[in-house]
Amino acid sequence: MPLHSFAPRRDNLAIWLPILAALAAFPLVVKNEYILNVGVLAGIYVILTTGLNITNGYTGLMSFGYAAFYGIGAYTAAILSTRYGMPFWVTFPAAGVVAGLFGVTIALPTLRLKGIFLALVTIGFQEIVFLITLNWTSLTRGPMGIPGIPPPSLGGYAFVSNRDYFYLILVLNLLMVFLVARLMGSRVGRTFIAIREDEVAAQSVGIPIFPMKVLSFVISTVMAGVAGAFFAHHARFVSADSFRLDETFVILTMLIVGGMGTLVGPIIGAIFLVIFPEAARFLSHYREIVYGAILVLVILFRPEGIAGIPGIIHSPTKKKSAAGAAPGGAAR
Amino acid sequence: MLLQQIVNGLTQGSLYALVAIGFVIVFGTMNLVTFAHGEVYMIGAFVGYFVMSVWGLPWPVAMLLAMAAGWLLGVFTEKLAFRPMRTVGHMPPLLITIGLSIILKEAVMVTLGAENRPVPSIYEQTIRVGDSQISLLQVVIVGCVALLIVGLQFLIQGTKIGRAMRATAQDHEAAYAMGVNADRVFNIAFALASLLGGAAGVLVGIYYNAVSATMGGTAGLKGFAACIFGGLTSIPGAILGALIIGVVENLTVQYLASGYRDIIAFLVMVVVLIVRPQGLLGNKMRVI
Repeated sequence: MPLHSFAPRRDNLAIWLPILAALAAFPLVVKNEYILNVGVLAGIYVILTTGLNITNGYTGLMSFGYAAFYGIGAYTAAILSTRYGMPFWVTFPAAGVVAGLFGVTIALPTLRLKGIFLALVTIGFQEIVFLITLNWTSLTRGPMGIPGIPPPSLGGYAFVSNRDYFYLILVLNLLMVFLVARLMGSRVGRTFIAIREDEVAAQSVGIPIFPMKVLSFVISTVMAGVAGAFFAHHARFVSADSFRLDETFVILTMLIVGGMGTLVGPIIGAIFLVIFPEAARFLSHYREIVYGAILVLVILFRPEGIAGIPGIIHSPTKKKSAAGAAPGGAAR
Repeated sequence: MLLQQIVNGLTQGSLYALVAIGFVIVFGTMNLVTFAHGEVYMIGAFVGYFVMSVWGLPWPVAMLLAMAAGWLLGVFTEKLAFRPMRTVGHMPPLLITIGLSIILKEAVMVTLGAENRPVPSIYEQTIRVGDSQISLLQVVIVGCVALLIVGLQFLIQGTKIGRAMRATAQDHEAAYAMGVNADRVFNIAFALASLLGGAAGVLVGIYYNAVSATMGGTAGLKGFAACIFGGLTSIPGAILGALIIGVVENLTVQYLASGYRDIIAFLVMVVVLIVRPQGLLGNKMRVI
């Protein structure tokens, strides 16, 4: 049975309930703050990879600027909480809304581009956001970053230990995965997959391609935004360096290694690539190199990743000028 | 001051042009994009650092060795990332070269550290023109770039392998049917692109008197921005795009804010892709 058939469905409860129970019991057994922190980190990346999977995996839109939206969410939460004293429960949705608004703004002009050209334009956008964050010191404090972000609190109880954060991110992860599962089971979700599989055929059955692509992009950026808000309130400090192109590549590597186009793929990828370098301590110095090597090996030998759908990144070129190639452009 | 900034901008732009031409050669022949080009340039710069600062040899030796290193990296990258992936679309080679660029950058970072390494300054004499100064170094750099471009043109237009490259770029199946060894052509094209990247790395090291492990990322993206600006498959376009980006960057530093200098290339990249995807001098092509 392929791994991606272990979807969290009602008939798979026998698999999912024990895993959930184990996760819920985990902080009760393991008291080590460091290990719990790794768990929280994995939870943040589960939201990010699941969000990126909506565009890159399900809809087949290769967006390479994802960390920019993650950063926009984190900075929104940081600014709203430190300057205006807003609680996590306000900054969390607000970060999603702001990242989503940026998402629409970027999606409208760029989503007409395809394949690598979309990838490139989103890389350009990513760098622009980074440079503005670094230079707009009156808003972002530039290279100094924003410290002193308060932890979330609920009815007078502040979330300060990593155990608290672990439970919070676990609940958020369940919520996100549930929502994405519902989305992909719905008409809208099936539309995304139809666009990925064959855009012309999708259009011919009446699917409004462009609005649907924009919707997919926006949902994905909202998820990056809320992940950013959680990151800001957990790390208590944000700086532009955390949201560079390298970070996009980390998220993308997790998604590809786990597998695109399935619900469990991104979750597996995020958890695996957060835990693996921590578990293999002798590799800790070479974390990035390990990521790069894993990415190369996966693309070469198992392009669908651990639990993904084959054929999303390996799309055989149908005609000579398919996928945005230049017709006979010579190096003149 | 205006003339000074234009001269500085043209020098810088000529260095971007060497990087950009590499992208044009790769995209023009294979229709693919490499992301490891910036790291090839960084490796070239480090070869230059070792030759000049550590071994104390003259800069032309550094150029030759860095170009050889670039060539070897190019041969290797093409065999690893592009040859097995020729029929599966744009994305797999792009992703493999992203992985490769991370590996190369981090390998240098782990072994040699993240800090800047000094490169000795040469040709410090200056020529005064009005109120601005042109250093001999700037003349040498622009001259080197021009020489490399002329050599490349000769190779592409005047030799047998150049003709094979042009034929493969136009229609690799037809070229193959005429007996052109497409694998060899792709490999040489990629190696040639990387050779220029390595040369650019050395020249940048000399110009700024420093090299670092992280210098490749932004430079690679800027070179690519110039390549897009020029039209992806046009060498003159890429040179023009690179020179314009170089000059505008320097004018930005002079008349706006220095922190926004790097934003120019990315704005150009985004706006050109949205508004005029065929660039300044490119063919009309299907990017949408």
